[in-house]
Amino acid sequence: MFIKKYIQEIWGAVKSLLKGMRRTGYYFTHHKEIITQQYPDNRETLNLPERFKGEVVMPHDENNEHRCTGCQACELACPNGTIKVIFKNELNAEGKKKKAIDKLVYHLELCTMCNLCIEACPSDAIKMAQTFEHSVFDRNELTKILNNPGSKIMDGVE
Amino acid sequence: MWSFSNIANSIHEWLSNNFNPTWTIIIEMVIAGVAVISLFALLGLVLVIMERKVSAWMQIRLGPNRVGPKGMFQSLADTLKLLVKEGLTPGGADKFLFNLAPFIAMIVAMLLMAPIAFAKDFQLWDLNIGVLFVSAVSSIMVISILMAGWASNNKYSLMGAMRSGAQIVSYELSAGLSILAVVVMTGSLQVSEIIESQRNGWWIFKGHLPMLIAFVTFIIAVTAETNRAPFDLAEAESELTAGFHTEYSGMKFALFFLAEYVNVFIVCAIGATLFLGGWMPFHIGKWEGFNHVMDYIPSSIWFFGKTFFLIFLIMWFRWTFPRLRIDQLLNLEWKYLLPISMINLLIVTAMAILGWHF
Amino acid sequence: MEGFGEVLKMYRKTEIINDSKAPPAEGFGEADMIINVGPQHPATHGVLHLVITLNGETIKNVEPHLGYIHRSIEKMCESLSYRQFIYVTSRMDYLSAHINNHACALCVEQGLQVEIPPRAQVIRVLMDELTRIASHELWLGAMAMDLGAFTPFFHAFRERESINDIMEETCGARLTMNYMVPGGVMHDLHPSFQQRVKDFMQLYKSKVHEYDEMLTGNIIFQNRMKNVGVLSAEDAISYGCTGPTARGSGVSCDVRKLYPYEIYNTLEFDEVLETGGDSFSRYMVRVREMQQSIRIIEQLIDNIPEGDFQTKTKAVLKLPKGEFYSRVETARGELGVYIVSEGATTPYRIKFRSPGFSNLSVLNHIAKGSKLGDLVAMMGTLDLVIPDIDR
Ligand code: SF4
Ligand code: SF4
Repeated sequence: MFIKKYIQEIWGAVKSLLKGMRRTGYYFTHHKEIITQQYPDNRETLNLPERFKGEVVMPHDENNEHRCTGCQACELACPNGTIKVIFKNELNAEGKKKKAIDKLVYHLELCTMCNLCIEACPSDAIKMAQTFEHSVFDRNELTKILNNPGSKIMDGVE
Repeated sequence: MWSFSNIANSIHEWLSNNFNPTWTIIIEMVIAGVAVISLFALLGLVLVIMERKVSAWMQIRLGPNRVGPKGMFQSLADTLKLLVKEGLTPGGADKFLFNLAPFIAMIVAMLLMAPIAFAKDFQLWDLNIGVLFVSAVSSIMVISILMAGWASNNKYSLMGAMRSGAQIVSYELSAGLSILAVVVMTGSLQVSEIIESQRNGWWIFKGHLPMLIAFVTFIIAVTAETNRAPFDLAEAESELTAGFHTEYSGMKFALFFLAEYVNVFIVCAIGATLFLGGWMPFHIGKWEGFNHVMDYIPSSIWFFGKTFFLIFLIMWFRWTFPRLRIDQLLNLEWKYLLPISMINLLIVTAMAILGWHF
Repeated sequence: MEGFGEVLKMYRKTEIINDSKAPPAEGFGEADMIINVGPQHPATHGVLHLVITLNGETIKNVEPHLGYIHRSIEKMCESLSYRQFIYVTSRMDYLSAHINNHACALCVEQGLQVEIPPRAQVIRVLMDELTRIASHELWLGAMAMDLGAFTPFFHAFRERESINDIMEETCGARLTMNYMVPGGVMHDLHPSFQQRVKDFMQLYKSKVHEYDEMLTGNIIFQNRMKNVGVLSAEDAISYGCTGPTARGSGVSCDVRKLYPYEIYNTLEFDEVLETGGDSFSRYMVRVREMQQSIRIIEQLIDNIPEGDFQTKTKAVLKLPKGEFYSRVETARGELGVYIVSEGATTPYRIKFRSPGFSNLSVLNHIAKGSKLGDLVAMMGTLDLVIPDIDR
C-alpha cells in the first residue's frame, strides 16, 4: 500500500540517521578515544623511530674523528646535488701528501630524505638524524657543513 | 528568592521613585537595549566555543585548549582578531547593500529577542501575537542573505543566496504549521499564555504522538531555516566556498556569524517555549515531593537548560550528517514535511476540539 | 519584465568588473554562467581548475584545466640514474607513493633481469596493501567531507595514522618512503612490524562498522551518491578508466589479477566488482577493496619467509638497450611505467601512464546535466590526486 510504504520509508530514513547520531554521541561522551597529540608540549616524550629520516649528519667520536674518506659516493648517489665534497691536501705521518676532506657541504633545503647517500656510503660515515624542526629565518642556515671544524678521519678507515 | 523578575521589579521601582514616568520608560528601554546587545555578545562567545568543543569531541579531537582554562576564552580571542581585521568591500560590489546586509541580519535577530520569556515574569514584550510576530520577523532574515549574495557581485555568493532563498521560504511553511499545532492546543498566540498552559505538563508529553511529530518537524524546519548543516546549502563549503558570505571579511563577516548563532539560540528558545514549557519546571502528575524539588530550581535555569539542550541537538545534527542536495532539500520539505505537518495539524485540531489531552 | 531590467540597470551605478568581452562558447545560452572552481577551492583538494558552465544549478559543461602542479617528472627522470629516479615517483600519486616506487623498481628489475628474494617480495606486497588501505582511508574521509560530513574525516585519519606509524618505523618516512630499490627493499622490516600490523588490523576491524553507520547506511549519504555520475562499462573502457572507478562500472581491470606481479598469483583475494556505475558503486568498491587488502595482509603477516631482503646489484645500474614496461595496481588504478633505454646509466625516455589522468577525463561526460552539488560527489568518488594527473 502506498501509505504503508511511505511510512516505512520515513521510518527507515529516521532509523539510519539515528544510528549515525548514536555513533557521534558515543564519541562525544567517551573522551578517552581522543587521539590528539599536543605537539609542542609533548616534545620531551616524543620519540621518533630510529629509522626516521630527518636530516643527514656525520657522527664524530670523542677525538673529533669521523669515518669519511672522501670517496664522493654520496655525492654521486644524490639525485639533486645536495652533497658536495670539498678536498684539501694533508700531510700524513710519513710526510706524504694525502687527499682528505676539507668540508662536506650539505644543503638541507635541497634534501628530499631519500636515504640514497647513506646507502651508498661505503664506510658508514653519514647517517640520518631524527630531528625534524628545521625551520629557520635565514635560508643560509640550511647549508650545513657536516664535518666538525678540525676533525680528522678515524684511523683504520679506508 | 533571587530571580530575574525580582531584579527587574526593583530596578523599575527605584526608577519610578526617582524619575517621572517618561524618563523611567526611556531609561528602561536603554537598559533593555544594552542587555540585549550584551546577551548577543555573550551568546556569540558561548555558542561558538560550545560548537567547537562539541565538534571536537565528536571528532575525537581536543578542540581549542590554549586560550584560558580549557580554551574557554578562545572565541574571545577570535572576536578580537575579527575586530582588528580589515573589512574589505570588493570593487564590483554594490557598496550600500553590501554593507547593509550584515546589519539587517543582526537587527532581525535582535527583534526576535523581544517576545522570548527568559524566566518567570521576565520578558521584554509580552505582545498578544507573540508567536505570529516571531514567525513573521524571522522571514525577514532571508532578505539579508539575498542582499548579501546579490550585492557581493560574486557568482558563488549569488548561488548561495538563491539557494537559501528557496530553502528558507519553503521551510517556513512547515515551521509555521508545527507552531500552529501548539497554538491550536493553547488557543492563544501570546507567549506567556502558551507557557502558562503547560503548567500541568509540557506539550510534548501532553499532546501524545501528534505533538511529538510537530516537535520533530519543527526542529528539522528550524535547522533548515537557520542554514545549519545538514541544510547549510547557502554556505556549502565544498561547493560554493562560503556561499553568500564569500566576500565578507572582518567584523562584517563576524556579524553574519553571530547572527547565525543568535538565530540558532532564538529558534531553540522558541522550540523550548512551545514544546518544552519554557521556564516551567518539570512536573510529574501527582508526585508532590518531586514537583516541589523541581520548583526550587530557578525558572531561568529551566529555560536556558532546555534551550541549550535543543542547541546541542542541532549541533549534533551538524556534526553527524552529510549535506543534502538542493533538489533533495526541497523534496524533503514538499513531499514529506509539509504533508505530514498538515495532516498532523488536522489531527491536533481534532484532539483540541475533542479534548483528547491531559 | 523588461522595465524591471531597466530599473535595475539604473539602480546599479557600480559597474560589473571582469566582464569578459570574449565571444561566448558554443552552446552557451543566455541564462548560462561560467564559474571557476579552483585552482584554489575547498572541493578540488589540490590545484585542479575546473571551468564549469552552469545553467542555474545544472551543469552544462565541465572543462578541467591542468598544469598548475606540473613538475615535468618524466623529463626529470631522464637525467637521473636508475636508482635515483624512483624516489621522484613518490611525488606523483603521493597517497600511494609506495606502489609508484614499486612499479618503477619492477621495471628496472625487468631490464636488469634480477630475481628478487621471496622475503622482499612479501614485504613489497605487504607494504603495497597497507598503502592501499591508507589511501582509501584518506579518500573516504575527504569524500565524506566534500559531502558535508566532517566527522568521518577525523575518524578515518585515526586508522590512516596507525598505518603511517608503521611506515615511519620501517621505512623512515610517513608519506614519501622511497623504500623500494631495484633488487628488493631498502631496509629489513622493523622487529615490531608484525605486532603493529596485527594491532592495526584489530583496530580496523573494531572500527570498520562505524563507517557503515555514519555513511553507507545513512539515508542522506545514499541519496547523494546513488544514481549520481553514472558511468557505463562501455564509457569506462573507452575513456581508459582503471581501478575502482572502472570496477564500479563492472569492468574487470585489476592488474593484480589479470597480470599478476610479485606473489599476487599465490594469494587468495577477490577482485571487487560493482555493476551500478554510479558514485555509490565506486564508493562500495573502495570500501570492499579495503577488506580484501586486509585479507591479503592476514595471509602474509605470519608467513614472511626468512632470507635476504635485497639482492646485491651493481653500484651503477645499466639497463640493456631496449624497451621495458611494467604495470601495477595503485589505489587509483593502473600505473604503467615505460622505460626506453639506450644502454646508458640513465633512461632515454620514461613515460608514466597514470590512472588519475584517464579517470579525470570522464568527469565532463558523467557530470553533464547533474546538479552542482553532485559534482563534488563525483569528484570525490573518482578519487583525484592532482599531482598524479599533472606529473
Ligand atoms: S637523503 Fe637523498 S637527497 Fe638528501 S642528501 Fe642524501 S641522497 Fe641527497
Ligand atoms: S660520506 Fe661516505 S660516501 Fe660521502 S664522501 Fe664520505 S665516505 Fe664517501
